[in-house]
Formats: sequence, structure tokens, C-alpha cells
Amino acid sequence: MVGLEHYLAVAATLFVIGIFGLFLNRKNVIILLMSIELMLLSVNINLVAFSSFLGDLTGQIFTMFVLTVAAAEAAIGLAILVCFFRNRGTIAVEDVNNMKG
Amino acid sequence: MTPAIFAFYLFALGVLAGGLFTVISRNPVHSVLWLILAFLSAAGFFVLLGAEFVAMLLIIVYVGAVAVLFLFVVMMLDVDFAELKAEMAKYVPLALLIGIVILMQLSIALGVWVFAPDAEALRANVAPAATEMTNTAALGHVLYDKYLILFQLAAMVLLVAMVGAIILTLRHRTNVKRQDILAQIYRDPATALELRDIEPGQGL
Repeated sequence: MVGLEHYLAVAATLFVIGIFGLFLNRKNVIILLMSIELMLLSVNINLVAFSSFLGDLTGQIFTMFVLTVAAAEAAIGLAILVCFFRNRGTIAVEDVNNMKG
Repeated sequence: MTPAIFAFYLFALGVLAGGLFTVISRNPVHSVLWLILAFLSAAGFFVLLGAEFVAMLLIIVYVGAVAVLFLFVVMMLDVDFAELKAEMAKYVPLALLIGIVILMQLSIALGVWVFAPDAEALRANVAPAATEMTNTAALGHVLYDKYLILFQLAAMVLLVAMVGAIILTLRHRTNVKRQDILAQIYRDPATALELRDIEPGQGL
């Protein structure tokens, strides 16, 4: 029988893979955004697993809101990326110093 | 091994392999394709867990919209990815160290915890039995009743994201011909055309 712990273990591993990706691809913003999507996906797996094993629909509702925010974040992130690429001709994030921050 | 357990391990392999190769793949187009594999496997998880609606939503939103958006941007931007990947090996030890530490911390929680005794009583939205109502109908009853305001706020988030993305990427180019609707509306017959009475056989 597949228990809740199995799902939590997979989700935890996926989350760590996402963090691993953040450190591994320090320059490539596209892969950074994909890593963030992976981390959000692992959170969704956790929410749905708890929702299913507890018999409570709230987790699935929250999953939908997380999905909404993830889609909006990807759209805005890629739009900023396209804008940045037009101005600078590169997507290397270490060159991002336009704001002098 | 029952089909459900086999499916679980298949989808777990899909999620983890998809995630890992998304991160370490050299070609970003391959990364996006591995990401799609991870999303599809996660949708399989959701079906196994009885959350069919969220599973289909995941396929439509993530695979249909987000992954295609990534693919579009990856292919549209002419980026030298080999140069970006060149220093990847330098970060591997640090990334592995941090990853293993966080994985160990997360795995402390696995296996030793139990649901609180009153967790069943504290459920906010008890899921109806599968024989009584489908997952989609049950979600609809909760979402459009208790979470209506949050639902509309989520729509606002999407609207703002859409407007923001359009504003960010809109570019007014001056060297192309555009349709000027006002000029078309205010064009009147007196200035636009001229009537001439032509004698037969003479021409203009």
C-alpha cells in the first residue's frame, strides 16, 4: 500500500532538486524559472497528498491558487526576460545592474 | 505488486527523473521537455490520489500554457547557452552539499509524525464519498461557495499578470505601416473622392 509518506518523500526530493537547480544554474534565468516551477509543483504534490489522505478538499483548492500564482509568475518572469534580452542582448543574470541596486 | 503501486513508482520515477534532467540538461529545449515529463507524472500522482480535476488542470495549465511559454521563449531568444553552462561544474559541490543538507532536514519529518487525534474533526471541507459526488462537483461546491472572493482575487492576479506581460513586451515600431482607425472613421466623401462628368468618347 502506498502511504502518505511515499508522496511526501517524492515531493521533498523534488523540492531539493529545485533548490539544487537554483544553485547549479546561477546564470541562466530560464532554468532558474523552471526550478522555481519544480519547487511549486512539489508543494502542490504535498497539498494534494494531504488533502487526499485526510479527506479534506481544502488542499486541492489551495493547489488551484498555487497553480494560478505559478502561471502568473512564469508569464511575468518570461516577459521581463524578453524585455531584458532586447535591451542587453544576453540573459546572464550576473550582468543585471541596470537599477544600480 | 498491484497496478496502483506500480503506477506510483512509475510516476515517482517520472517526476524525479524529469526534475533532475530539467536542472542538469545542457540544452534548454531538452530541459523544457523534461519539465513536461515531470508535470505529466505529477498529474498521474494526482489521479492516483483521487484529485482528477486538479490533475487535468495541471496538464492544461502547466503543459499547455506554462511549458509552451517556456519553449517559445527558449526558441525565440538567440542565446548562447553553451557559454552560460560553462561554469556549471564549478557550482556542483556547493549545490550538492546544500541539497543533501536540506533533504536530510526534510526527511527528519518523514515517518515519525502522526495526524493529531482531532485532525478528523477539524477538517474545514470534508470531501464527500466518491460514490456520492465526483471530485469536480465537490470542488465546485466548495470553490464557488466558501472561496468565491479568493477565486475572484485569483482572477485579478491573472488579469494583472496578463496586462503586465503585454506592457513589458509591447514595442512600438515606427518603421511599419499600421491601421489608423480614427483616420479611417473621419475620412469623408468630400475630400476622399471626386466626381467628374465625362463626355462620351473623350476620356479624362
